Amino acid sequence: MQWESWSAFWDMGGAAIFVWGSYAVTFGLLALELVLVFQRRRDTTRRLLRWRRAVGKEVGKHDGGEFEPALESER
Amino acid sequence: MTTSERSRSVLRFASPQYFYPLAGKLAPWFAALAVVLTLAGLWLGFFVAPTDATQGEVYRVIFIHVPAAWMSMFIYLVMAFWSAVGLVMNTRLSFVMSQALAPTGAIFCFLALWTGALWGKPTWGAYWVWDARLTSQLLLLFLYFGFIALTRAIEDPRRADRAGAIIALVGAVNVPIIYFSVNWWNTLHQGASVSLTKAPSMAATMLAGMLVMAIAAWMYTIAVVLWRVRPMILERERHTEWVGTVLEKELQAVAANKGGRA
Repeated sequence: MQWESWSAFWDMGGAAIFVWGSYAVTFGLLALELVLVFQRRRDTTRRLLRWRRAVGKEVGKHDGGEFEPALESER
Repeated sequence: MTTSERSRSVLRFASPQYFYPLAGKLAPWFAALAVVLTLAGLWLGFFVAPTDATQGEVYRVIFIHVPAAWMSMFIYLVMAFWSAVGLVMNTRLSFVMSQALAPTGAIFCFLALWTGALWGKPTWGAYWVWDARLTSQLLLLFLYFGFIALTRAIEDPRRADRAGAIIALVGAVNVPIIYFSVNWWNTLHQGASVSLTKAPSMAATMLAGMLVMAIAAWMYTIAVVLWRVRPMILERERHTEWVGTVLEKELQAVAANKGGRA
């Protein structure tokens, strides 16, 4: 074991801000990435379901009805 | 199933319809490996690896700095590889793969710079210097941003794919420049501590912690990219019958989840 106490561990030989600043930002960003990836998955599924329904109804109808975006960029 | 049928069935995973469910099955396993390896790597890095004789404790930044820097370079090369495959074979799944890799590569690139800055201040006395290693790594971050911005700004997916592929291939030249910059120029950044040709210049337990964290970063990348590529495949293939089936199943799963919770 490298540390005499937990406070020595958290102090990191006086370099706490540099060491923990690195680890906190790293794990924070990776967690944020995971949240965004799962949000995107949920949003895409919902948007495509709405789009498929709208496209299905439009068959044989010429006025088209309301535009339903298939992609995020079409909103 | 005969052997020849099985080998043909492996090739089927190059098609989006078969790759989509495979990616969904594999991702959680890679994520689980990433968690286990990260915990093991942190244990080695903080509780087994000794204090550095010259730098003291601040060197422990290395356990994320080096894996992040390696990943940022490697992901760009993988993006260039898939881009080349896409341009040559005209396979659309390849372009989607390279676009799913880019945000994770950009994050690791930023983390390499961020942890490098926090390591540089106490050891060099500066968060940033315009040294060849740091500058070429910053250029890599801009290449990632350029790739992401370009592929998202172009509406027509086929043109977006090709434009992105060209940035990925041209920008890949920068990766060996980053890697060899510490040999080619006089840099403040130290040379490689680990290489294929020399014995590593660090304690065995430090090296072990760094390598375990590097493999963990690999597993994380594979998991998150597989998760990211799945909805991208659904968007691209939205006109097909199989996507309709997948979406209806998702809808039922969501409905079942809500019912279970209520």
